[in-house]
Amino acid sequence: MLKILTSMIVLFGLWLLLSGLFKPLLIVLGLISCALAAAIAYRMEAVDGEHMPMPLHPVKAFGYAAWLMMEIAKANVVVARAIVARSLNINQKLFSVPSSQASDLASVVFANSITLTPGTITVETESGYFLVHALDHTEGTEAELAEMDHRVAVVETGDEKVGEHV
Amino acid sequence: MSGEWMTLAIDILRWASLGAGSIFVVIGAVGIVRLPDFWSRLHAVSVLDSAGVILLIIGMALSAGLTLVTVKLIIIGVFLFITGPTATHAVANAAFVSGSRPAGDDQPDADKKAHES
Repeated sequence: MLKILTSMIVLFGLWLLLSGLFKPLLIVLGLISCALAAAIAYRMEAVDGEHMPMPLHPVKAFGYAAWLMMEIAKANVVVARAIVARSLNINQKLFSVPSSQASDLASVVFANSITLTPGTITVETESGYFLVHALDHTEGTEAELAEMDHRVAVVETGDEKVGEHV
Repeated sequence: MSGEWMTLAIDILRWASLGAGSIFVVIGAVGIVRLPDFWSRLHAVSVLDSAGVILLIIGMALSAGLTLVTVKLIIIGVFLFITGPTATHAVANAAFVSGSRPAGDDQPDADKKAHES
């Protein structure tokens, strides 16, 4: 019951945030739709208290997000220059990258980080490695991705020493 | 006096990020046309939906100030950050599964099935 109430409060907060209108009619409509959504979630048994595992270290996740932003900025400049360069000088390659994350969520974070960084796209995910396509493959590409892999593993476990086999 | 400088600084920042964001969107569009094949064109799209989207959202948030609009812009940004790479991955994976391989590929099983598209 507490779970349903919490989800109703969160949903209603989102409703107020996105509408920004405080007329009585709209408030009542919002309450009704939040109650409906919570009731449907209850019927679907999506609210059971055990579906909230967060195998990520919250503080380190923020540090990782800041680092990822810097990487995205750098990679954007590199790819933008490759596109507008007078002669197209790219070296495409499909290669596999080892991934050392234990949980699905951390794997998704790593795979999405690779794709989010311009110049590299995750094509296929297997257990233990990803197939990555690089626009301009250089000698440093594998090392950069290995560093990203290590950082995601640190966010997942909260332990700086993890996965230092690379 | 300090209020005026503040508005001026925000104005400069917001036009700088709107301008830079627009430039990245144009570069992304040029890349989609100019790059040689399917696989390289995917990378042009990723310039568009990382740098372009981030800078344009920052610019619009600075224009809107501390209002509900900014909250909505941030929510849109977070959603695009999760859905953008997922969509790119889905397209790339569909191409990979259906047998398309990039030029200069050295996967052992790829050459037999490869066909340029």
